[in-house]
Order: sequence, then C-alpha cells, then structure tokens
Amino acid sequence: MGMKETEARGQKAGTKNPRLSVNIAGLKLKNPVMTASGTFGYGEEYSEFVDLNKLGAIVVKGLSITPRMGNPAPRIIETPAGMLNAIGLQNIGITTFIKEKLPFLRQFKTPVIVNFFGDTVNEYVQAAEKLSAADGVHGLEMNISCPNKQAGWRVFGTDPKIMSEVIRDVRKATNLPLIVKLSPNVTDISLMARVAEESGADSVSLINTITAMSVDIKKRKPILANITGGLSGPAIKPVAVRMVWEVYKAVKIPVIGMGGIMTANDALEFLITGARAVAVGTANFVNPMATLEIIQGIERYLIEEGFSDINDIIGSLKV
Amino acid sequence: MIQAGDTYDPLLKRPFSIFRQEDNTLQFLYRIRGKGTLCLSNVKKGDTLDLIGPLGNGYPIPKGDFVAVAGGIGIASLYALIEQHKNRAHAFYGARNKDELLMLNEVSKFSKKICITTDDGSAGKQGLITTPLKVFLRNNHLPVYTCGSMPMLKTIFNIIKDTELKCYASLEENMACGIGACLGCVVKVRSEKLEVRSKKSGVRSQDKKNLTVYKRICKEGPVFDLKDIAWE
Ligand SMILES: Cc1cc2nc3c(=O)[nH]c(=O)nc-3n(C[C@H](O)[C@H](O)[C@H](O)COP(=O)(O)OP(=O)(O)OC[C@H]3O[C@@H](n4cnc5c(N)ncnc54)[C@H](O)[C@@H]3O)c2cc1C
Ligand SMILES: Cc1cc2nc3c(=O)[nH]c(=O)nc-3n(C[C@H](O)[C@H](O)[C@H](O)COP(=O)(O)O)c2cc1C
Ligand code: FES
Repeated sequence: MGMKETEARGQKAGTKNPRLSVNIAGLKLKNPVMTASGTFGYGEEYSEFVDLNKLGAIVVKGLSITPRMGNPAPRIIETPAGMLNAIGLQNIGITTFIKEKLPFLRQFKTPVIVNFFGDTVNEYVQAAEKLSAADGVHGLEMNISCPNKQAGWRVFGTDPKIMSEVIRDVRKATNLPLIVKLSPNVTDISLMARVAEESGADSVSLINTITAMSVDIKKRKPILANITGGLSGPAIKPVAVRMVWEVYKAVKIPVIGMGGIMTANDALEFLITGARAVAVGTANFVNPMATLEIIQGIERYLIEEGFSDINDIIGSLKV
Repeated sequence: MIQAGDTYDPLLKRPFSIFRQEDNTLQFLYRIRGKGTLCLSNVKKGDTLDLIGPLGNGYPIPKGDFVAVAGGIGIASLYALIEQHKNRAHAFYGARNKDELLMLNEVSKFSKKICITTDDGSAGKQGLITTPLKVFLRNNHLPVYTCGSMPMLKTIFNIIKDTELKCYASLEENMACGIGACLGCVVKVRSEKLEVRSKKSGVRSQDKKNLTVYKRICKEGPVFDLKDIAWE
C-alpha cells in the first residue's frame, strides 16, 4: 500500500522531514488527515482538486445495505460559522458502491474507510459482512447516530445498551479495523466511548454533527424540510475538542477527532488534545483543497516546533 | 461557486451563473440578497475572488428560434444564450419593478422580440410574465428556456405539460459543495424507466412505475427538463 516508503523516509530524517504517519487500529496512515464521511462523496467528486494519494485515508459517504432516497429539500442551510444538514442518509447502497465506486478508489494507495449504518442490528451486520468481503475496503466506520427501528426509533448511539449490542454483533461480522463514530448528542460522551471500546471497537471517531434547528421567522416555519438537522463547521469545533479530550482520557483505543477543522491549526488542537488522526468535513465545501493544505500545515508546524514525529505531539496537552 | 468574504461567516461558497464571458473576463450579475451577496458587493477592483467552476450542465444549444423566460435575476442565467444567438430569442422578461429589469437594453437589442411585465406596472404590462407567455405559446411552438422563481416555473410547467413543447429550466437550491459531494442541493425528478433485472432470466425489463429520485442540481443540473420534475 505504498505507506512503507513514507515510514522509511520519516525514520531517517530529522526535523527537516518529520514523520507524519500514524497507526489506527492496525491501519497505517501516511499522515493523520482523513476526510469526514458525507463531505467527500465517494472520493471521485474531489479527485479533480485533490491527489487522493496524498490523503491519510478516504472515508466515504455513509452506506446502507439498500439504497436510500434521502430527505426532501431544503436539506442544508448555512448558520453563523457553520451549516445544518439533513441529507437523510441518501446513498446508492453497498452493492452499487462496490460495483461502481470502489474500482475507482482501488487505483489509489490510500486506505479506504467505509462509513455505514442500518435501521436494525441485522442491517448493520449484513452491511459489515458485505463490505468486509469487498476488495479495496480497508476499514469500517460505524455511524451509530441513526435511529433503531426495533427500539422505537431510539438513536443507537445515544443509548449505551442498544449501542453495545449493535457493536458486538458487527464486531463478530468483520475482521476489518472497526471505528465507531460517536454521536455528540449525549450527556456523557466518555461513557459512550467506553461502551464502544468494551464492545469491540478498534477506534472511536468523534464528533458527528450536533442536532440543531433554524427557523424562518417570516414564514414561521423551520428552514429545513426535515425540521431539524446536524450542525457542522467551525461553530462546533470547541465542543468537539472538549469531547475528544474527555474521550481520550477515558479509553485506550485510538481517537479520531473531527468537528469544524478548517486549518492545520484546528487539526493540531485535536492532535495535541489526544486525537491520533483527524477528519476534515465541512471545510472541503469551503475549500476543496483543504485536506492537502492541512497536511502541509501540520508538517510545517512540526518542522517549526522541532518535532521529528507527529506521534510526539499526539496527546501532548499540558494540563 | 464563489467565496464571499474571508471569514467563517458567511462560510460556504455561493452559486452563481456565468453571466458572460468576454476577453478573458468572467462576468457575474447578481442581486444582493443576504450576507454572502452583500459581502461580494464590497469587493473592490483588484481584489482576488476564490471560485470554482464552471460546474454542472447548462442549457442545450438552441437550434433555431427559442423562447427565453426570465424572472428577475434569472436573466443572469439566460443572458449569454440570448446574446450568443442574436435575433433568435423571443424574450419574456418579468420583474418586480422597472429597476429590477437589469440589462434590459441589451436583452431587447439581441432578442427578436421582447415582452416585459412588472408586478407594479412601472415597466411593460402589469402582472405576471406567464400570462403573455401562455398566449404566445398557444400559436408558437418553440422550445422554452427559463430561469426564475419556483412558482413561476410551476406555472410554466402547467402551461406546457399537456403540449409537445420542451422546456429547459435552470433550478436553484441551497448549495454547499457545488460538485455533487454533499447531496445538499436536490430536486425530485420522475424516473419512469427503472431498469429491473429479472433474477431468473437475467433479462432486463422496463418497469414503468411512477418512481421519483433526487437529482443533484449542482451536478445533474442546474438545467433540467421541466417535464422531468416531480411537482408536488
Ligand atoms: C445554479 C445557481 C445559479 C445562480 N445564479 C445566480 C446569479 O447569476 N445571480 C444571482 O444574483 N443569484 C444567483 N443564484 C442565487 C444565489 O446563489 C443566491 O442569491 C445567493 O446564494 C444568496 O446568498 P446570500 O448569502 O446573499 O443570501 P442568504 O439568504 O443570506 O443565504 C443564506 C444561505 O442560503 C443559500 N441560498 C439562499 N438563496 C439561495 C438561492 N436562491 N440559491 C442557492 N442558494 C441560496 C445561500 O447559498 C446560503 O447558504 C443562483 C443560484 C443557483 C443555485
Ligand atoms: C453534508 C454532510 C453529510 C454528512 N454525512 C455523514 C454520513 O453519511 N455519515 C456520518 O457518519 N457522518 C456524516 N456527516 C458528519 C461528518 O462526517 C462530520 O462528523 C461532521 O460534519 C463534523 O465535522 P465538520 O465540522 O468538519 O464537518 C455529514 C456531515 C455533513 C456536513
Ligand atoms: S451542492 Fe453539494 S451536492 Fe450539490
């Protein structure tokens, strides 16, 4: 997977050529910068702007066993320093993804992490099985911020019991590195992270969007057709950093941090706080080359601050 | 998609039609609507703008005469078509008032014929542009190219739905990425030709159920055949 070269280079070099590679649940990433699910399509959409070989990992739009139509429009609205989205998990389904999108992604040396979800535990398990059998999927990210049909549509990721159950069953269904993406819409995120770890997750990623709402005061109607949506972008960054800190202290498995990362400095906040890798989401919409600029900026920081290895700053927060 | 301002508020790029391309310049025509367009209006000569484009699919090239129906700032999307196909357009141009009829002289000059309406009667006939359009289309079977508000497009759809007339409309929806990645900018369209593969025979048959799918306005559009849209 071409990642060995980077590693060798890093080991020889001093601070002039700092080592950027990190290890997440057995996956070697050439640098800690990934894309956030749902903000980078299936990779193809951004390939005109970004050399996909340069990314730490590509995380694709959430997939389910059967295609989803998604919510009516309007699905998005900008809010101060952020945006709300209620896409409604629209996706082409795993079968079509494997047939039509994965061959494109296989051309690149970058690990592909597939974000997936289901309405029921069984759907999660089926999705994990099918993805694990596909050539070119290197890791799985479980989106548990969606409702459970068999539990009165309670969100998997906000109830420790149903969350544990679904992770345990998915764990049995796959040997791939399993990342559980935590929902921020809970009172105690460190508890949820511990549940994920105990249930077999190899890593946790956070945060997913924060449930939010905007109102058109002239029409006295919600702006989004779905009424509520998920807040992302710079507005959520401080919340995300705080949650990464709490989770980092609570679990031993690696933490992937995201939420409002626009620049290398934002990414560094997460890394210093304890994230082993970061994901860039909404920033891709603002600047399609954001991921690359963030990688360069992190490298520059390491050089300037005299670090020879990114791992030396991860979790280096002085408190 | 143009970045307006260099802070996080406004955050996202805003979608604009390419109004005109001339001697190495790219021209945009816009109406100040909210934060983003207000920021743009403060851009000075010599400033740099961050933009990505051209994106999506424009109007099909008209083969002969055509009808161009612009509602207000919708003219930004239709103008190049009118200018490039001189004396081919039967222009129908409606706006709230006289001041919002931008580029009126040029549109008149390059069109074969022009019909104007305003909501307040300050220019042309008072009323909606779709009223004279309806009369015109009764006797003139020309393809229609349009950009304007959803209610206007819906009215045009009702005029042409039971005819053989073609109508290409440039649609608007809130956008984030502009390149098909976020799935934020959708419109519901009919998809009558769902290909179904029979499991036993492996033969493809056409299932003509009235299905709808969401298409991305930024990628599959912004121009759609008005008859493909699944009007509610
Ligand atoms: C394909 C396309 C082409 C367009 N071409 C032009 C043009 O040539 N000239 C012109 O004046 N306007 C055009 N528009 C509309 C223009 O994009 C909006 O007026 C603009 O985004 C409003 O931004 P704002 O910040 O000033 O307004 P606000 O109302 O403050 O915007 C808030 C949010 O809503 C979104 N939004 C609001 N109205 C629209 C809208 N109608 N379309 C898309 N997003 C919207 C904004 O992008 C932003 O995210 C076009 C829209 C589309 C989709
Ligand atoms: C338009 C959009 C679609 C998203 N779709 C998904 C998804 O399918 N699955 C998922 O786990 N997260 C999804 N997310 C959440 C992001 O991956 C990320 O967790 C969140 O946006 C916070 O990061 P950001 O502030 O950098 O965007 C989506 C976010 C946005 C803005
Ligand atoms: S604006 Fe993102 S898909 Fe169209």
